[in-house]
Amino acid sequence: MILAILDHHHGAIQSASLEMLTAARGLAETLGIELEAVAIGEGAEACVETAVSYGASTVHLIEHDQLDRYAPEAWARSVAQLSEDSSPEAILGVGTERGNEVMAHLAAVMDAPLAANCMEITPGDETYFVTRVRWGGSLLEEANLSGDPKLLTVAAHVLSAAPADSPPAANTSIFSPELDEKAFRVRVKELVKPETDKVSLTDAKIIIGGGRGVGSSEGFEPLEELAALTGGAIGCSRAVTNHGWRPHADQIGQTGGRVAPDLYIACGISGAIQHMAGCKGSKVILAINTDPDASILGKANYAVIGDLHEVIPAISEALRNS
Amino acid sequence: MDVLVCIKRVPAPGSKIILTDDELMINTKNLGFAISPHEECAVEEAVQIKETHGGETTVLTLGADVSIEQLRGALAMGIDNAVLLETDGQDWEPIPTANAILKSIADQKENGRIFDAYLFGNESADSGGYQVGVRIAHALDIPCVTGIKSIELADGKAIAKREAIGGGWEIYEVDLPAVFTVKEGINLPRYPSLPGRMRAKKKPIETSTPEVVGGGLEKVRLKSPVEQGSDVEILGHGTEAAEKVAELIREMGLFS
Ligand SMILES: Cc1cc2nc3c(=O)[nH]c(=O)nc-3n(C[C@H](O)[C@H](O)[C@H](O)COP(=O)(O)OP(=O)(O)OC[C@H]3O[C@@H](n4cnc5c(N)ncnc54)[C@H](O)[C@@H]3O)c2cc1C
Ligand SMILES: Nc1ncnc2c1ncn2[C@@H]1O[C@H](COP(=O)(O)O)[C@@H](O)[C@H]1O
Repeated sequence: MILAILDHHHGAIQSASLEMLTAARGLAETLGIELEAVAIGEGAEACVETAVSYGASTVHLIEHDQLDRYAPEAWARSVAQLSEDSSPEAILGVGTERGNEVMAHLAAVMDAPLAANCMEITPGDETYFVTRVRWGGSLLEEANLSGDPKLLTVAAHVLSAAPADSPPAANTSIFSPELDEKAFRVRVKELVKPETDKVSLTDAKIIIGGGRGVGSSEGFEPLEELAALTGGAIGCSRAVTNHGWRPHADQIGQTGGRVAPDLYIACGISGAIQHMAGCKGSKVILAINTDPDASILGKANYAVIGDLHEVIPAISEALRNS
Repeated sequence: MDVLVCIKRVPAPGSKIILTDDELMINTKNLGFAISPHEECAVEEAVQIKETHGGETTVLTLGADVSIEQLRGALAMGIDNAVLLETDGQDWEPIPTANAILKSIADQKENGRIFDAYLFGNESADSGGYQVGVRIAHALDIPCVTGIKSIELADGKAIAKREAIGGGWEIYEVDLPAVFTVKEGINLPRYPSLPGRMRAKKKPIETSTPEVVGGGLEKVRLKSPVEQGSDVEILGHGTEAAEKVAELIREMGLFS
C-alpha cells in the first residue's frame, strides 16, 4: 500500500496535494498495490471526497482532541502509528512548507532517509530511483532512495494533477493515535490574521518586479503607480531587500515568494537563477533593462531596452491616455 | 543565552548552472561562494540574541577546508567561536550531516559548551533537503519550530512566528533548549565592519574530521531542468516602446 499524507487548509485540499495524489496513484499502479490517504487536523473529513476521486481506496482520518491545531511532531507521530499496522511500501507527503516539515519529523521518528521535493519516482528492487528538485528548481538530482518504508515528498507545482479514471468506492477509516504531551510541544498557539488588504503576490494577475536597477526606495514610486493602475502588486529581487528598499515580503525567488501571475514585468532585474526560481511560473514575462545582453532577456517573452525610470512612467501615461 | 548556528558553504551561480564532467557537482571554476540567505539571517539572529541576552555564540559548518571563508564571515558579523567539521568536499547526505553535527554538539558539551538555542536555515541553498534541523531536534529530544520569521526569548521560553497558509502568522511557544530553522526576512543581516573582519582573521577554527555515519539517499547525478526556451520579442527602445507595452497589458485584459 502507498500512503499519501494530504496537506489541506481547513478542509480545502491544496493543489499541490492533488499533484502528489496523482504521482502517488501512478506509483501504486506501477507496483500493483492500493493507494490510501491520510488527513489530519480541523476539516480533515472534507478531504475524503477529493482524495477518493484521485484514487485513494481508503482515507484515514486521524482523531485526537488536541489535533485541531497544527502540531508537526504530533502529525508525524500519528502517521508513524498508523503505518505500524498497515506497513506501507512508501509514504508520500506534499512538497509544501508543512508537507516537508511533517515528513522530516516522520523520517526522524522512523530513523529513515527522506527525499524531499521529488518529481519522478521509479520503484526498483531495493531502492527507488528518484529525481528531486534542488536549488529551488534550478537544478535536478537523480538519486537512489533506500528505507522501509520509502519516505518522500512530491515537489509542488511541477507535475500536473489528474483525477482517477475509475475512482474506487469511498471508504473512510478513523484512527485514534496515542500521543503524549511531548508530541504537542510544538503546536500553533495562536493565529494572527494578515494585516493589510493589499493585493497579495500570490493572487495578483500582474506583478511589477523591481531590481537593483530601480536604484532606491523612492525609485519604486512609478512602479507603484503602474501597479495601482492595473490592480497589480509590487515584487522585487534580493538586491532590493538587501538594500532595505522594500520589505522581504515583496521578494520573489528561491528564498522569497513563488509567484505565477499572467504578466510579470521585471524592471532592472538581471535574471539570476535564484530570482527566476520564483517567477518562472509567470504566463508572460516582460523585461525592461538598459542592457541588451542581460540574461533575463533569454528568459523573457518580451523586452524593452531602456531606462526603467523613463519607460515605466511612459507606460502608465499610455494606459491613462487610452 | 548560548547559541549554535549551522551554515553550509555553497557556490553562488549567476544566470545558469554549469556541471562538472562527472555531473556530480556544480562547476565552480568562475563562481563565488555563499551561504544560504536563510543561514545568513540565522547568523545575524544569533548575534542579535547575544547582544540582547548575553552569552556565547558558535558557528559550525561541515565541509571542505575552504569553508573557513564562510566561518570567518560569520565571525566577522560577531559570532564568538567557529567549528569546522572538515570533509574532502564531497556533498554529504542529510543523515550523515545530522549525525556529524550531533557528534560535535556532544563533544562541545564535554568541553562545557551547552546551547540554549540551535539555529539552522529553513533549507540549504544547494540541496534543499528540509530536514537536518528537524533530525537534530529529534536526536536531542527538544522542540523544533521551522521557517521562523521572528523570535523572542524570555524565562527559558521562546515565542516564534511563522507565516501561515493564506497569509498572517502562526505563533508558537516552546521551552528552551530548542531548534529553530530560520527564513530570510527575519532580519536584515549586518555588513561586517572592518575591525570585525580583522578580529575574525585571528580567531582559531576548532577543526575535527567527522566520519560518515548512515545514509540512504545516494546521489547518482545532477542535471539541468529542461527549459522551454523563449524567443524574446524586443518591443522597442526607451519610451517609444511604451505604447506597445500598454497594448500588451490591454490585450491581456489587465487594464480596463
Ligand atoms: C542561495 C541564494 C539564494 C538567493 N535567493 C534569491 C531570491 O530569492 N530572490 C532574488 O531575487 N535573488 C536571490 N539571490 C540573489 C541572486 O543571485 C542575485 O544576486 C539577485 O537576484 C540580483 O538582483 P538584481 O537582478 O536586482 O540585481 P543585478 O544582478 O545587479 O541586476 C541589475 C539589473 O538592472 C539593470 N539596470 C540597471 N539600471 C537600470 C535602469 N535604469 N533601467 C533598467 N535596467 C537597469 C542592469 O542592466 C542589470 O541587468 C539568491 C542568491 C543565492 C546565492
Ligand atoms: N554541511 C552542513 N554544515 C552545516 N550545516 C548544515 C550543512 N548542511 C545543512 N546544514 C544546516 O541544515 C539546514 C537544512 O539543510 P537541508 O536539510 O539540507 O535543507 C541548513 O540550512 C543548515 O543550517
